[in-house]
Amino acid sequence: MIEKKCREILDKYHREKGNVISILQDMQESFGYIREDAVNWFSERLNIPASNFYGVATFYAQFYLRPRGENIITGCCGTACHVKGSAPIINRLREHLAIPEGEDTSRDGKFTIESVACVGACSIAPVFIVNKKVFGKMTVDRVPEMIKEIS
Amino acid sequence: MVNDNSLKDLVIRVCVGTGGLAAGSQEVIDEFNKALAARKVRAAVRKKCVGKTGCRGFCAKDVLVDVVRNGKTFTYQLVSPDKVNRIVEEHIISGNPVDEWLVGPDYHAFHDRQTKILLKQCGQIDPEDITAYIAIGGYEGAKKALSLDPFEVIDVVRTSGLRGRGGAGFLTGLKWEFCHKSREKTKYIICNADEGDPGAFMDRSIIEGNPHSVIEGMIIGGYAVGANYGYIYIRAEYPLAIQRLRTAIREAEKKGFLGKNVFKSGFDFDIRIKEGAGAFICGEETALIASIEGERGLPRPKPPFPVVRGLWGKPTVINNVETLSNLPSILTKGASWFSSIGTAKSKGTKVFALTGKIKNTGLIEVPMGISLKEIIYDIGGGMEKTNRRLKAVQTGGPSGGCIPASHIDMPVDYESLISIGSMMGSGGMVVMDDTTCMVDMARFFLTFTGNESCGKCIPCRVGTKRMLEILTRITEGRGKEGDIDLLMELGTDIKLSSLCGLGQSAPNPVLSTINFFRDEYEAHIKDGICPARVCKSLRRYTVSAELCRMCGKCFRACPSGAVIWEKKQKAVIDKEKCIKCGACYDACPFGSIL
Amino acid sequence: MSDRKLKITINGIEAACEKDETILQVARRVGVRIPTLCHDDRLEPYGGCRLCIVHVRGVPRPLSACTTPVADNMAVTTETNTIRRIRKNLIELLLSNHPNDCMRCEKTGDCALQDLSYEYGVDGSRFEGEKWNLPVREANPFIRYEPNKCILCGRCVRICNEVVMAGTIDLTGRGFHAMPDTAFGKPRTLENCEFCGQCVSTCPTGALTDKKSIGKGRAYEMKKVRTTCGYCGTGCNLDLNVKDGRVVKVTSAYDAPVNHGNLCIKGRYGYDFIHSFERIKSPLIRKGMKFVTASWDEALEVVASRFKALLKKYGPDAVGAFSSSRCTNEENFLLAKWVRTSLRSNNVDNCARV
Ligand SMILES: Cc1cc2nc3c(=O)[nH]c(=O)nc-3n(C[C@H](O)[C@H](O)[C@H](O)COP(=O)(O)O)c2cc1C
Ligand code: SF4
Ligand code: SF4
Ligand code: SF4
Ligand code: FES
Repeated sequence: MIEKKCREILDKYHREKGNVISILQDMQESFGYIREDAVNWFSERLNIPASNFYGVATFYAQFYLRPRGENIITGCCGTACHVKGSAPIINRLREHLAIPEGEDTSRDGKFTIESVACVGACSIAPVFIVNKKVFGKMTVDRVPEMIKEIS
Repeated sequence: MVNDNSLKDLVIRVCVGTGGLAAGSQEVIDEFNKALAARKVRAAVRKKCVGKTGCRGFCAKDVLVDVVRNGKTFTYQLVSPDKVNRIVEEHIISGNPVDEWLVGPDYHAFHDRQTKILLKQCGQIDPEDITAYIAIGGYEGAKKALSLDPFEVIDVVRTSGLRGRGGAGFLTGLKWEFCHKSREKTKYIICNADEGDPGAFMDRSIIEGNPHSVIEGMIIGGYAVGANYGYIYIRAEYPLAIQRLRTAIREAEKKGFLGKNVFKSGFDFDIRIKEGAGAFICGEETALIASIEGERGLPRPKPPFPVVRGLWGKPTVINNVETLSNLPSILTKGASWFSSIGTAKSKGTKVFALTGKIKNTGLIEVPMGISLKEIIYDIGGGMEKTNRRLKAVQTGGPSGGCIPASHIDMPVDYESLISIGSMMGSGGMVVMDDTTCMVDMARFFLTFTGNESCGKCIPCRVGTKRMLEILTRITEGRGKEGDIDLLMELGTDIKLSSLCGLGQSAPNPVLSTINFFRDEYEAHIKDGICPARVCKSLRRYTVSAELCRMCGKCFRACPSGAVIWEKKQKAVIDKEKCIKCGACYDACPFGSIL
Repeated sequence: MSDRKLKITINGIEAACEKDETILQVARRVGVRIPTLCHDDRLEPYGGCRLCIVHVRGVPRPLSACTTPVADNMAVTTETNTIRRIRKNLIELLLSNHPNDCMRCEKTGDCALQDLSYEYGVDGSRFEGEKWNLPVREANPFIRYEPNKCILCGRCVRICNEVVMAGTIDLTGRGFHAMPDTAFGKPRTLENCEFCGQCVSTCPTGALTDKKSIGKGRAYEMKKVRTTCGYCGTGCNLDLNVKDGRVVKVTSAYDAPVNHGNLCIKGRYGYDFIHSFERIKSPLIRKGMKFVTASWDEALEVVASRFKALLKKYGPDAVGAFSSSRCTNEENFLLAKWVRTSLRSNNVDNCARV
């Protein structure tokens, strides 16, 4: 099943140099996360050690090694958002969605919360992004409204 | 009925940067289209280009809408879909602008004190249309460069005094000369669009607003150093910028400005885009190269510098987006025009992302050497809250340091900033007021650098972690005698011994806040007080009888029923029940929870 | 004039050097010691540990000696007060994320971290904070990996990729949580690992150790007996580590002329046969269905007489010799010579060709 998608990615990169990152990016786009079987598939065909893919995948923040929730909530923790209070909003979100301590995905697999360094929209800080929709000037009080928007 | 003809030159421009989109600009555009169609008015509702902050860098007032009629521009602020009908009815149909919704003096102050060279076209031209760029003299700089000898081009850039805008401020002409000298056949030029500083969004705005200026800069640079291949390394988090670059490259190729035989000069030049994958360290040159090569972004020691051994082992010049987009006008207007702007050693303008506790946040472009005071008060309109006073300004992001309010007459240029323990960085500028805790601020930046450390070298990998732990215990009231000295010793050694610029500058926010606000550190450690009342563990959770206005918001916010309050009564907190969650603190509008 | 074109001074000592040399290489040549942790002569310079930093005149920041190429008239100072302090702090930082259980550690006595702590007088660490607490990995027959002792010098990863080219391990994660690991943290198996133990051989700490030798003795208790590996004709030098008359470990020294300290699985780990009860220690002659122990004279006598008989009956073309790829070049040469001169036959070959 993964074979077909992998082959499409492989054809695209045509074995040129330095494409481990691009392959991983496409892999994530296709499967939602970095699958071990897919890594092994490419490793065999490109003669690049699987450890190499794994090393790169764990280095860059973009890659996920586990499947994520259906809805992704991204909280910006950049300077401006920090100053304007993004942390209490994240805490409230975790409470609201009952996301267990130390994890980022809710038990039912519906929501994943993550924070990013800076989405670069500092002037509407604090910024939250829910499934690519941007919520600027967020407040703790608007959390339920934001969640409602998704469900 | 309206005469169709009289509205022929009607243009309505709506910001669609990230900031604008967040504020609902798409809905506003739709509403305009609907309203105009209903009244049978044909107007070009243009998606006004650019930056994620909105076209004019003034997204605090988004959505901004320009209504241009007969060459006169009226700008509306804070436009929402429900306001559209009235604007169309009164302004467009009847010719009476809706004064109460027009931008105020803030907006003019914000713009009038700036010197716009790079940002001038952002928000004016369509970034997805190469002819718009050509119409304002685009690609003339590249043509000029290609008519000269490469060494002459380098000479122009060197005498202009242009210095790198990516952080370190290295003379661009000199860097090019080193690369030019190499006799290797294959060379590369890389545009660094990784822009990872939290709080910075200049490069993105330039690319979103005027992508061709960056491409033109790369052609000039590539020709000067003898590179036939260019890469743009850009964060994957910038999808709009990437899309606009792709379009721009395609259009430039069609026009023969890229590809074989550029401008029929015999010079071949191709540009490729490489998307980053989320690592701040990949803004560092050697890590960036490793990343393009598909590896983990680990820096390697310099020398050898990339101009000697860079991408795939070949000589490589790396320049920042802003640096590159300065080049077209330097070539067309000349070195002396450029060097007439700025100070003796810092030439030209610099774009800053002005954020924090200031009234007018957004993107600004100012001449080098302008004072911080002018930026904050004249352009920024002063503090966000009038009852707050300026405490410090952080420049250079996590690599920089803070500049205390007492130094705001200082000119903003490379040397002055370094002399005070900060740096230009890529141009983040965060304004802090007296509700900002400097220890917390330092801790915030160190959390960032610690997370972004690649882990290759000991001082940065373990050292920043230990510094962060010391700062954390200080903010949690567990600071120890001697912690400040330990931070200083460790910070100094990390700076001296780290492999790359990340570690070499990571301690700056800590060292500079200790330097200027040592008393705040001491208050945390010795007195157990956070003077700005930011550090949660150090709050006392008592209500100041003096400040309390009896609104009862804390009462409603408290999750554990610890606040005792009744109408027209001052609130009191029951220490027994208080769980120190801080909800009351966040809820109180008057800062009366101590 | 020699081709040593540049002149530099190291701690005042003048040294002639070539363009591509690093400060570290020149320093070693003139006998100046610079401490290192991430450097291994077999690997590309890395510059990760920063222990080797030195002061170069005119440069405000110390530079890593292992990566910095020399330049004409460079004046290098390898120890200043600042540099000593920095090195001490670096070691202290390492110890702040280290189990510090030297008394039971396999590596005691042969550990670079221990030696440096001693040299720089580091006693414990002023830094308290998060420490790694990761399980030991030993789901394989040869290699014990205790991540908590890793100092991230990257040598294991580099030797596995640059020298062995097996790519079994790579650095994973980043920052404080970076560590060498296999893909997806899977155990080393014959599918992904050569079990050459090269990673173990370069690890400066007790993070990677030879499982077979654990508890069998300290490095300083071992007598190192240099020999040539008997497994193949490459001729790698081995150091048999002998304690109480028994071989308990095999190492190889950097100065080994053929292999520069590199070994494969057979040379490094295939030494069980030495003390095996099943090991055949004298010739056996088949008598009927049975092998009977014999002396060398008896055995050679049998071989010689059979050869003679065959030669007499069928001539030299009917006989030949097949030597083992475990023989050295010299042994192979001797065999070929014997076949050609004594048997007068050209039928000689080696199993390495199959
Ligand atoms: C940790 C780190 C992050 C950096 N990030 C960026 C960046 O995001 N953008 C950038 O242009 N330069 C960045 N730099 C600076 C670059 O390494 C390099 O100096 C710059 O791109 C050179 O271009 P310039 O001479 O035009 O400034 C960074 C440096 C360090 C050490
Ligand atoms: S200073 Fe930090 S980011 Fe730079 S090489 Fe060292 S560990 Fe990596
Ligand atoms: S034993 Fe050899 S192949 Fe296996 S990880 Fe170590 S160096 Fe690599
Ligand atoms: S396991 Fe050993 S060789 Fe590998 S990085 Fe850690 S300390 Fe270095
Ligand atoms: S030996 Fe030079 S940095 Fe490690």
